[in-house]
Amino acid sequence: MAFGRSSHRPRPVSPVTLKLLVAGGFGVGKTTLVGAVSEIRPLRTEETLSEAGRPVDDVDGVEGKTTTTVAMDFGRITLREDLVLYLFGTPGQDRFWFLWDELAQGALGAVVLADTRRLADSFAAVDYFERRGIPFTVAVNCFEGADRFPAGTVRAALDLDPEVPLMMCDARDRESVKEVLVAVVEHALNRATLRREPAVN
Amino acid sequence: MSDAGQDTQHWFDGEAGPVVRPYAMTRGRTSSTVRHRLDLIAVVVPEPAAEDPGRDQTLSPEHVEIVERCRDTPQSIAELAAGLDLPVGVVRVLVGDLVEDELVHVTRPVPPAELPDVNILREVINGLRAL
Repeated sequence: MAFGRSSHRPRPVSPVTLKLLVAGGFGVGKTTLVGAVSEIRPLRTEETLSEAGRPVDDVDGVEGKTTTTVAMDFGRITLREDLVLYLFGTPGQDRFWFLWDELAQGALGAVVLADTRRLADSFAAVDYFERRGIPFTVAVNCFEGADRFPAGTVRAALDLDPEVPLMMCDARDRESVKEVLVAVVEHALNRATLRREPAVN
Repeated sequence: MSDAGQDTQHWFDGEAGPVVRPYAMTRGRTSSTVRHRLDLIAVVVPEPAAEDPGRDQTLSPEHVEIVERCRDTPQSIAELAAGLDLPVGVVRVLVGDLVEDELVHVTRPVPPAELPDVNILREVINGLRAL
């Protein structure tokens, strides 16, 4: 895609960019998780409903109103000068799910952040990634004061496939979040390797 | 202006957001002529021709600012939107204009079909561990 022109000044490096999604119910700690590992304070970006052009809202009579927005928080991790990972917190409200499709496109994988007090809030996210075939890991955010359940119980409650990693985490803790992200990418790697093998004759 | 004066009752309130509609900056366009929809993590890289974007009278201040923000470190569409405090859709249109004028090019992130590049995944794992 480069235009191949010569330049006097050194060309800036254009990095390979990758994205991971962080999904889960409202208030489960998505932005906290992003902030724990991001090298920048989580940024907020907005998408407008009219831009997406979906008939979600009845806009009769207010066609000019372009300000119905939905916010996504995101962070950045520069792994190398030419390799950058972005973390996107998905919008928590169900009605903004159409945005996920765009976010999910080309995503390396996803974290479903769960709270054992409101496990049902993560059903939708689990379902979404299963259907799309996007590799994901369930991370149970261990809130203080919440009962700890054995991983097997949570796994059964979420009806997870056996190969889906499930782990306990502290969304505020950088090391803990790093482990979660490594687990997601390892899961994606395993899937990619498995998928590749049958192709080799 | 004349329309606005006729009705003393404001249809908008604080919740409606800024009174200047974001798409005024794109002259009402909501999609750009660039063939591919720009991904949130597509990175904008200035071309050498963009050394002095301020000289081009057809560019808006927002166009110029995008080029300037990307000059030293190319930025993703998402970062530009957050930095300029503009909706992603507006940034897509503006960046599309710049691509059209050959002032920038946009890297396309790894498309989903090519995703299982095992080597890149390994590099990401190693990079995360080394953080």
